[in-house]
Amino acid sequence: MLLMLPAWAMLIVLFLVPLGLFFVRSFWEFDGTAAEFFDSAKDTLFSQPYLTALGTTNWISLIVTLTVLLIGYPIAYYLTTANGVGVRIVVLSIVLPYFTSIIVRTFSWMVLLGEHGLINDVLMASGLIHAPLSLMYNRLGVLIGMSYVLLPYMVLTLYAAMRAIDPSLLRASASLGASGFYTFWRVYFPLSLHGVLSGALIVYILSIGFFITPALMGGQHDIMIAMLIDRALEVAVDWPSAALMSLTLLVVTLVLYAIYYRVTDIRRLIGAR
Amino acid sequence: MVQMDTVLAERGGAAAMVAETAPPAPRVAADARAGGSAIELSGLTKRYGDETVVNDIAASIAPGEFFSLLGPSGSGKTTTLMMVAGFVRPDGGAIMVDGKDIAAVPPQKRGFGMVFQNYAIFPHLNVFENVAFPLRARHWPKGAVAERVTWALDLVRLSRFADRDSRQLSGGQQQRVALARAIVFHPHVVLMDEPLGALDKNLRFEMQVEIKEIQQRLGMTVLYVTHDQEEAMSMSDRIAIMNHGRIDQVGPPGEVYERPANSFVGRFLGEANLIDGTVLAEGGEIARLRLPSGQELRAPRDNSCATGAGSLFIRPERVEITPGTAVSGDPSANALAGTVRRCSFLGNILRYAVNIDGAASITVDLQNAAGVAPLPAGAPVVLRWPVADSLILPGEP
Repeated sequence: MLLMLPAWAMLIVLFLVPLGLFFVRSFWEFDGTAAEFFDSAKDTLFSQPYLTALGTTNWISLIVTLTVLLIGYPIAYYLTTANGVGVRIVVLSIVLPYFTSIIVRTFSWMVLLGEHGLINDVLMASGLIHAPLSLMYNRLGVLIGMSYVLLPYMVLTLYAAMRAIDPSLLRASASLGASGFYTFWRVYFPLSLHGVLSGALIVYILSIGFFITPALMGGQHDIMIAMLIDRALEVAVDWPSAALMSLTLLVVTLVLYAIYYRVTDIRRLIGAR
Repeated sequence: MVQMDTVLAERGGAAAMVAETAPPAPRVAADARAGGSAIELSGLTKRYGDETVVNDIAASIAPGEFFSLLGPSGSGKTTTLMMVAGFVRPDGGAIMVDGKDIAAVPPQKRGFGMVFQNYAIFPHLNVFENVAFPLRARHWPKGAVAERVTWALDLVRLSRFADRDSRQLSGGQQQRVALARAIVFHPHVVLMDEPLGALDKNLRFEMQVEIKEIQQRLGMTVLYVTHDQEEAMSMSDRIAIMNHGRIDQVGPPGEVYERPANSFVGRFLGEANLIDGTVLAEGGEIARLRLPSGQELRAPRDNSCATGAGSLFIRPERVEITPGTAVSGDPSANALAGTVRRCSFLGNILRYAVNIDGAASITVDLQNAAGVAPLPAGAPVVLRWPVADSLILPGEP
């Protein structure tokens, strides 16, 4: 427990206290009765921009999670089964972005996806298209950028889960007459499922709080909650609204985290053999 | 099955779950191809880099036979089994089943049952589903699956545990699930890779008896890998003793134990005395071995007796030990005088180490019978053993 002390201290001083102060001060600024406060809160949380942003945020998060899962699962599977130079290259290309600033990565995509970006230039030059594709400043750009940023989280989580699968179970399955597909579907996939759940929850949790990528790569219809909060603070200087929206985001995140915690607990159960 | 209950009942009163009427025993293997062999290995070879781990081995396993590959770790026995199972590709040779070479057939198409060393029970499936797995993989109809799984669970006396989470099973129970899963689809051949290695000694003995019982009842062909010579001898119809990737000898347990082909086999199957000397070239029924001290020992002459350096093989339990110094001239027995160096108490036996003039010490095992008092160290003794039980083995290269 003593070893945890610095971590606890840092968490409290740098995170919990400012968070508490933010909420207290924000709501303090509101002058009026409690009834008025709740009315105003209802106005904020049921306002059209907020509901739209809520829908957009969840929709984008869902699509990003599924995309990252579909791309990440084969990559993680490849990493657990193959070895040699190929693995090192893949690991490097997964881990390196993981340690690179999210802004740098987002700008890199902008260089690639822009109207006069690399992809459009190449496609135009090759004569495949005649007008540039709009790959950015719309939903597609947000999805591409976020999926790329969040892919390492999914791959690393899946990789940990897949590494824990006993290869002798797959041999047993084959020796008992199961085809490769049957073995994958009835043995491998179920045993990797907790990794799928953990990875999906992590990516989803990170997605709903995303700010930079949608702000830089999205269009005017791609307002996510974090951007709305930013606007309330920076543009409208409406601290109570910002605090309320932050609070809802925090609650959703905590609920998802609770689910994540349960899932990882199950993992320990399965890995306990 | 019923008479075995007391032996087999697992701790925790498992006897109660034994089915009163034994389930109908299907003919698993034997009659389908009577006369031929279930598996025939010829020239089977596996190399990893420069190292030849399995070197040109040949064996023929008869239908319904319990055949063991016995050897120390690194002898190539598991690699051989993995080649038969299809998980290791041979570099040479053939694995013939029903007259066809299956070397290129993938594991899932070979139709063998297999029990792994660590059991490889599917942790996400319960006991019933684990056993049902091979049937579901073959797309059996539901009713048939239920019927057959019930039969297999009865056989290994786990019927009560069908709904049990497979992660909550003891080692012995996991072993039974693995066994039931390997035989539920009535494979022609069941492969077992040190299936009892992880169990403690008492449980291991129970499971030996149980596996042997089931194998005999179903007429299963079993290819069994173990490094435990007692296990191999108690269960097998025939044993192949492997060393350095080769089969040194194949035969029934009694034969390989009593008449080992070389000193490695002799030593590996149990305590053995190998008394070094020079084999004398003389005709007749009896071969003689001269010790460095000049004394001579005799053994029945056998075709493989070559003159030159050799050793005389005799099991410790065949040697009789008597106090005294008088070496009689009984022509049917070898006799040597010596002194007791040490007597070890091993429970059911007393093991003597006896120093002999000009020869290494000889081990003698004596039953710890009533009235046997251990001889003190330094006591002069005479060792005697029948010439007929002696065997002359070529010297180790």
